[in-house]
Amino acid sequence: MSESILQTRNLTKEFSGFTAVSDVNLSVERGHIHALIGPNGAGKTTVFNLLTKFLPPTTGTILFNGRDITHMAPADIADHGIVRSFQISAVFPNMTVLENVRVALQRKLGMAYAFWRSDKILSRLNDQAMALLDSVGLSRFADNITVELAYGRKRALEIATTLALDPELMLLDEPTQGMGAEDVGMTTELIRKVGQERTILMVEHNLSVVSTLADRITVLQRGAVLAEGTYAEVSANAEVMEAYLGVEHV
Amino acid sequence: MNRIAWITVIVLGLLAPFAVYPVLMMELLCFALFACAFNLLLGYSGLLSFGHAAFFGGAAYICGYAVTAWHLGPLQGILIGTAFAGGLGLVFGVLAIRRQGIYFAMITLALAQIIFFLCLKMPFTGGEDGLQGVPRGMLFGFIDLNKPLNMYYTVFAIFMICFWLIWRAVNSPFGQVLSAIRENEARAISLGYSVERIKLLAFVLSATLAGTAGATKSIVFQTASLTDVSWHTSGEVILMTLVGGMGTLLGPVVGAFTIVGLQHELSSIGSWVTVIIGLTFIVCVLVFRRGMVGELTRLWKRSF
Repeated sequence: MSESILQTRNLTKEFSGFTAVSDVNLSVERGHIHALIGPNGAGKTTVFNLLTKFLPPTTGTILFNGRDITHMAPADIADHGIVRSFQISAVFPNMTVLENVRVALQRKLGMAYAFWRSDKILSRLNDQAMALLDSVGLSRFADNITVELAYGRKRALEIATTLALDPELMLLDEPTQGMGAEDVGMTTELIRKVGQERTILMVEHNLSVVSTLADRITVLQRGAVLAEGTYAEVSANAEVMEAYLGVEHV
Repeated sequence: MNRIAWITVIVLGLLAPFAVYPVLMMELLCFALFACAFNLLLGYSGLLSFGHAAFFGGAAYICGYAVTAWHLGPLQGILIGTAFAGGLGLVFGVLAIRRQGIYFAMITLALAQIIFFLCLKMPFTGGEDGLQGVPRGMLFGFIDLNKPLNMYYTVFAIFMICFWLIWRAVNSPFGQVLSAIRENEARAISLGYSVERIKLLAFVLSATLAGTAGATKSIVFQTASLTDVSWHTSGEVILMTLVGGMGTLLGPVVGAFTIVGLQHELSSIGSWVTVIIGLTFIVCVLVFRRGMVGELTRLWKRSF
């Protein structure tokens, strides 16, 4: 039987009277690529920020591997194996591509406060960083300054950086947003490859990406769960058709 | 910085007192160190403190008092002043570090003003007069700092040690994380870094070294005055850093030399100095936005 890695119970977030997320019960199974979809303003990003602790929930609990992480600090959940990406590409623009990945690898050396040591000590991480860059097809850009990379490559770099922490659960916030068709294909492939070995929860607008990647889909509308199931189940749901695709498609 | 750059800086520093009046040179170095310490925060951590005079001036008072009243040697005095600035930096940092941008600047300013009024009102500070006649004393008990060259080389050694420390911190594992935080704080958090603690360390380091600069200055000029803790001094160090180029290692040195040099050269024309320095600042901000050193580095890189 499959086991659930991430669970939310009655997750609710109110912003001064406005309920952005209401009573969401989500369960992500280990090994799945789970997609969170819904029309604009459905509360997808808010759910995301709640899960990654960037926002505190008003009520409800979040369980990761059965453990309550509702009140953890955002930096601490990374140590427990949850790493997120961001809607806009989250890279360190004026560092080199290699340094971007290396700063994530550096976490486990535990030398974040070592101001008296030479940064040459970090070069022992270079091989590992190169291997990660290679896995996302960026090794030939290792010495470039990140800001010079094309948008799709920045997203790939972001995934490599996230992988550097070897997370059990990757949270991807609209990984293909703002991409051209070619980059979308590349990123989809990359997520599929990465998803073979770990659990991914992603917010995504692009339905063709969701249909090819997701094992399971949760549809949100006005902050609440409207439907859940496989792509086939969800897309056959009349309520989803109406809410998500608009009445004219019914 | 490569080996040639280090050797050049050291040789220039060793020869400087034979070309420039040593007292001016010492003033330049004290402010250069102050600006370098400030730049560790503004340029490398992206935090704008508007209260660094509290560390600079606070350390000057403590050092001056320790040397005068407790008859300590100059080195012990400077160390006590430095330690005081570090402790004060920790207090300021803990209170301010959670705030961002202008709010951070305002909290540091408010705290620094408290220190200013303490320095004005406390019995040991000499009030409006400040501390006068601080003895330079004997370094290690046998080097007479009343001789200008001895004093100069002591200041130069202190400057170089601190400058090296800043260079080390910038090019360390800590420095890497610091630049990651400056570049994209939310991402650094999601990678698991406790950004507040790392920023706090940068703040304390910066405050400590600003204290070294202030304490050294009180030995050199044998005074600690209200000017050292006033908000003008906090403003001036921002000016120096921006004119020279924030986020560059040598920028604050060039900035401090420019500003203090101008003040010194133009002191005969009175209050017009302020106007000229203001104009210099405007020209710098408009023409070279990265500061003097920042622009030069860019031109240098472009030509290759």
